[in-house]
Amino acid sequence: MRMPDTSELLLQVEGVSLAFGGVKALRDVSFDIRKGEIRAIIGPNGAGKTSMLNVINGFYHPNHGAITFKGRTRAQMQPYEASRGGIARTFQNVALFKGMSALDNIMAGRTLKMRRGLLWQMLRYGPALAEEIEHRHRVEEIIDFLEIEAIRKVPVARLPYGLQKRVELGRALAMEPDLLLLDEPMAGMNLEEKEDMSRFIIDVNNHYGTTIALIEHDMAVVMDLSHRVAVLDHGVKIADGTPDEVKENQGVIDAYLGVAH
Amino acid sequence: MLYREAGQFKTTYAEDMAIFPIRQDRMAIAILLGIAFIGVPLLADFDIWPFGSDYLLRAILLPFLILALAAIGVNILVGYCGQISLGSGAFMAIGAYSAYKLGTGVHIPLAWLGFAISIPPLPVLLAILLGGLTAASAGILFGVPSLRIKGLYLAVATLAAQFFFDWVFLRVSWFTNYAPSGSVNAPTLDFFGLNVGTPIERYLLCLIFVTVFAVLAKNLVRGNLGRQWMAIRDMDIAAELIGIRPLYAKLTAFAVSSFIIGVAGALWAFVYLGSWEPLAFSIDRSLQLLFMVIIGGLGSIMGAFVGAAFILILPILLNRIPSELGVPLSTETITHLEFIIFGSLICYLLIKEPHGFARLISLGKEKLRLWPFPY
Repeated sequence: MRMPDTSELLLQVEGVSLAFGGVKALRDVSFDIRKGEIRAIIGPNGAGKTSMLNVINGFYHPNHGAITFKGRTRAQMQPYEASRGGIARTFQNVALFKGMSALDNIMAGRTLKMRRGLLWQMLRYGPALAEEIEHRHRVEEIIDFLEIEAIRKVPVARLPYGLQKRVELGRALAMEPDLLLLDEPMAGMNLEEKEDMSRFIIDVNNHYGTTIALIEHDMAVVMDLSHRVAVLDHGVKIADGTPDEVKENQGVIDAYLGVAH
Repeated sequence: MLYREAGQFKTTYAEDMAIFPIRQDRMAIAILLGIAFIGVPLLADFDIWPFGSDYLLRAILLPFLILALAAIGVNILVGYCGQISLGSGAFMAIGAYSAYKLGTGVHIPLAWLGFAISIPPLPVLLAILLGGLTAASAGILFGVPSLRIKGLYLAVATLAAQFFFDWVFLRVSWFTNYAPSGSVNAPTLDFFGLNVGTPIERYLLCLIFVTVFAVLAKNLVRGNLGRQWMAIRDMDIAAELIGIRPLYAKLTAFAVSSFIIGVAGALWAFVYLGSWEPLAFSIDRSLQLLFMVIIGGLGSIMGAFVGAAFILILPILLNRIPSELGVPLSTETITHLEFIIFGSLICYLLIKEPHGFARLISLGKEKLRLWPFPY
């Protein structure tokens, strides 16, 4: 497996705490993501993994702490700012645009790259048409890459779950992100689909050089795919390191298997 | 057997992204446009039934075209962007009254400042388009609440717009040029020196408007902006996270939608009614437009036409069938029957196909492509 060639930090989270009323979802969590790596965040249910991703892309605003992305430090991200800055995201429960075709879903991911205004689009002529075609080319590359040529014109609501997950990955890739957040990309998939998805994730990392942060429950997948793993439990980071280090960590074993009292 | 796309290969993305990528569809639409632009005027010219009397043009085709245009506007907001609006009638009224004011000359006396703003009467075409622009600005204003509230609550907010403008045009006599009855007359319809007076000329004028706006609207909804609208409609959180600004997407939908509705309102007043009262744009009109869009198909430009045809023409047919067949029924009974049949048809249709005629047509096309095989 290819290791990331730099140790340059893309994202750094320092001392982030997040509370919903009395529930403390995250407690003083710090970790970093290096450029070009696949970084896994694991932990039992309710550990705060998804909250962490939501903090990173500005959907939740932490009560304390700082987030440094691409060298800029701030107390919280805004969703719009995060997407502009190059953070893309897929969701635990597929969040596709149900009424649109797979192609349109992925094209929608190009929104930030498209420049022509309302009047040009209305005429759909000259520069506006050229722009649309140019972006269609890029989207078709992604469709090829994800092997979903056959379903590009199908409304996504009609697609099986595994393919929906793939289209959602395509939509995130269309943004050409620097950091790709994947929230349980393999939840509810059978073995074959999991293997396909793993292949795509590794390919995205190798081919486009995209940094990936990944939440996943399937330990075999996590240990095979990721370069480094952070483990959360009850909102606290209990371990951080290479898959092998984490596997041996007594705290992690206790969190997953429970301890005798 | 006729509806096959086998052998039609597309070699460029532009061909694949055409409005009608299938040849048979293109032929059908060409024939339809041919009938509308050449066939109907010819028939009317040669006085052939049923075009001999002006009834068909004046009472069916003209309102059909204008309401289809308004339905396209409503569909952009409700069907594509998912923002329910009950204020369409108000936006039609804004289009109509501002076109009227601009067409007859605007005079705003500012006595306390010691001067007055006067704009001479503008050409009718300009007045109609500016009427649309005024409606668009009002649309943006009343679209602002949509950033905070959704669904039924937004519907209530737009309902407020409806009642507010009903009241304004009824009570503020400045808008009606101080007409004592509250009813106003449209200025003469001169387009570049051509007077549009006869029913067939009015029909062609509306047809041109509808065709142009339908094409422009179709271009918008299949472009980037249209995708943004649909993304907001389907999953606003995900839309925001891929970089779509809800503010921009929602307000452009309100603006474009109100512009089209405003132009339709101006045409309704100027070309169809000729003289009108605020009642012409009441809540009934809003609901009628909403029904057209729901029955025709949310999120479909063609659906707007089908919905307009259904809502407008079916009652007329139901009304006329008994007398044509010679069934002796009183006018009252016919009206009641019309309501009963029409209402149950709508219920039946929505149960059978909640996505309206547009979905029905596309399903039919899919079946036809495989016919005579089931799959």
